Amino acid sequence: MTLMKTFMASLALAALATGSALAEPALIFDLGGKFDKSFNEAAYRGAERWAEETGGSYKELEMQSEAQREQALRRLAETGANPIVMTGFAFGNILNEIAPDYPDTKFAIIDAVVDQPNVKSIMFAEQEGSYLVGVLAAMASESGTIGFIGGMDVPLIRQFGCGYAQGAKAENPDIKIVANMTGTTPAAWNDPVKGGELTKAQISQGADVVFAAAGGTGIGVLQAAADGGILSIGVDSNQNHLHPGKVLTSMIKRVDVAVYEAFKAGEDLETGQSVLGLESDGVGYALDDNNASLITDEMKAKVDEIAEKIKSGEIEVHDYYSDNTCPALNF
Amino acid sequence: MDKMPKWADVILTPLISLILAMAISAIVILAIGESPWLALKTMIDGALGSSYGWGYTLYYTTNFIFTGLAVAVAYHASLFNIGGEGQAMLGGLGVALIALALPWPHWSLALPAAMVGAALFGAAWALIPAWLQARRGSHIVITTIMFNFIAAALLNYMLVNILKPAGTQDPASANFPEGAHLPQLTEMAAALGIEWGKNTPVNITFIIALIACILVWLLIWRTRLGYEIRALGRSEPAALYAGISPVRITVIAMLISGGLAGLMAINNVMGEAERLVLNAVEGAGFIGIAVALMGRNHPFGVFLAALLFGFLYQGGGELALWTSIPRELIVVIQALVILFTGALDNMVRMPLERIFLALRGKGHA
Repeated sequence: MTLMKTFMASLALAALATGSALAEPALIFDLGGKFDKSFNEAAYRGAERWAEETGGSYKELEMQSEAQREQALRRLAETGANPIVMTGFAFGNILNEIAPDYPDTKFAIIDAVVDQPNVKSIMFAEQEGSYLVGVLAAMASESGTIGFIGGMDVPLIRQFGCGYAQGAKAENPDIKIVANMTGTTPAAWNDPVKGGELTKAQISQGADVVFAAAGGTGIGVLQAAADGGILSIGVDSNQNHLHPGKVLTSMIKRVDVAVYEAFKAGEDLETGQSVLGLESDGVGYALDDNNASLITDEMKAKVDEIAEKIKSGEIEVHDYYSDNTCPALNF
Repeated sequence: MDKMPKWADVILTPLISLILAMAISAIVILAIGESPWLALKTMIDGALGSSYGWGYTLYYTTNFIFTGLAVAVAYHASLFNIGGEGQAMLGGLGVALIALALPWPHWSLALPAAMVGAALFGAAWALIPAWLQARRGSHIVITTIMFNFIAAALLNYMLVNILKPAGTQDPASANFPEGAHLPQLTEMAAALGIEWGKNTPVNITFIIALIACILVWLLIWRTRLGYEIRALGRSEPAALYAGISPVRITVIAMLISGGLAGLMAINNVMGEAERLVLNAVEGAGFIGIAVALMGRNHPFGVFLAALLFGFLYQGGGELALWTSIPRELIVVIQALVILFTGALDNMVRMPLERIFLALRGKGHA
């Protein structure tokens, strides 16, 4: 009995000790949900990779309503989770309000800038990666018409479209760009049928390369493009493998790396603002066995040269957020 | 003669429906290997177990009171307004435009102005379907639901292109000025020296919602207009014969309904977010239909049903946050409650009526 007691007590102590030394990190997914095949899922993969490598565990929450955001952040902070990582710009405003209430907790937010001493803001330069795939699209297109299919019509997606159009126009000033948004409600992120219909409509307008920046909707775009015998471009994750030889490339946004790095840094997370662009491999275009036959050496040389120029600042890609307009494309 | 006593109609029927819905939910939760008892406990603790939980429950309740009243008023005129979602969205736009238009010195000035904006925009969004119904006979169910989509597109356009401050990613309006901040119930309780519901979004709009319940009751049962609305709802030829213009009453009833739905925006846009976000309404317009059905279109019933759905929302949220029950299942539970209290109402009502008739028959014999 006493032995048991001592055993239990030491176990409890050990648990306490690890608990205080290593606070669990936490990840909050936005309303799209954990398995959205895109943005949130990439964050989830990053967290899983961290858990696998370190054997650690983490807390995760999925939002159900707008009013829950503050509730979730406060409760996680109060239970001692550290750092707390959240995906999506929609958290920006609330984090700005509550971060000062928990000075000992580190927060990281992806896709928004929150200027607080204990917050790390992670932005991606989507326009840079999109610019590169725009160049590739213009080079691969034979008809001189390319397409863009966005998910929900929000500034983030316009940022993708704007970078894409700039890249394409830089390569071929006469190119025609057909741009469509899937919808204006969150359902637009997960509507592969409509994505397919839009793709067919763009094919009938002469497009022979389409770029889908549309979350789950993009699956339908890639399918319709493959069926219609044209090329497509995937987004966020490397989607080249979905239709080998028919997906020109994918514009990669490494949300998983951002989450992984934040978890790995733990309580020592460096706060401040960071923009993950071409320079830091936060965005880029995907090249693997599945699309090796589509990207010629000439195309690769060209696009790598442009990537260098963007990194050095020689080419400046217009940032849609800076003035809410796009010089290369009208939405 | 009524088949059942009033209390059985208003309280017993919904209660039995609710218990049936809970029972099936429990089976579903058991089927995925979780404990229904623990789930129920989490929901009750999370929604009603603390002033914090109450703060959220009452916040959701406020939303549902407005949308529930909106459906109820239209229903009395035999109009099925399922456009509360769009009308509340537009109400939000009205609130945002007014709150951002002037540097408001104090909420007591901003609130009435924003209420006018919310009600006007909500009513305006109901006007076209109302007119189409009254004049052209286009069915209000079709037109109001279509207008929800138009509202979503319009709001998206306004936020992405016009109201969004430059340099931000979030498709949302700028933050409202300090003077447009509505007093939270927490602050009001603190002024009385009571610590209640810290960090909860429930605000003075809850009190306005309660007043709205009373006003709707007065309107429907104590005014000439309310009589005309009910007369039209019961029988259009009879109303016409009595000299009531169906066109006029249809339009007025829908304007009031749209205005009430729009007023919801005072709570979620001005009271909670203090800016207009794309996703502000979050289905409250549709929940309003269930609330009105369950509340038998009576303001007091609407209040009780709104409270129940407020509980389901907050309790369901807690369940999703703190247990491993997936959030999709929370939607299943809410849907079961709607199904049983709304759509399958007669399944419980008819046997109950038969029981009461049989009992009464015995009494007479």
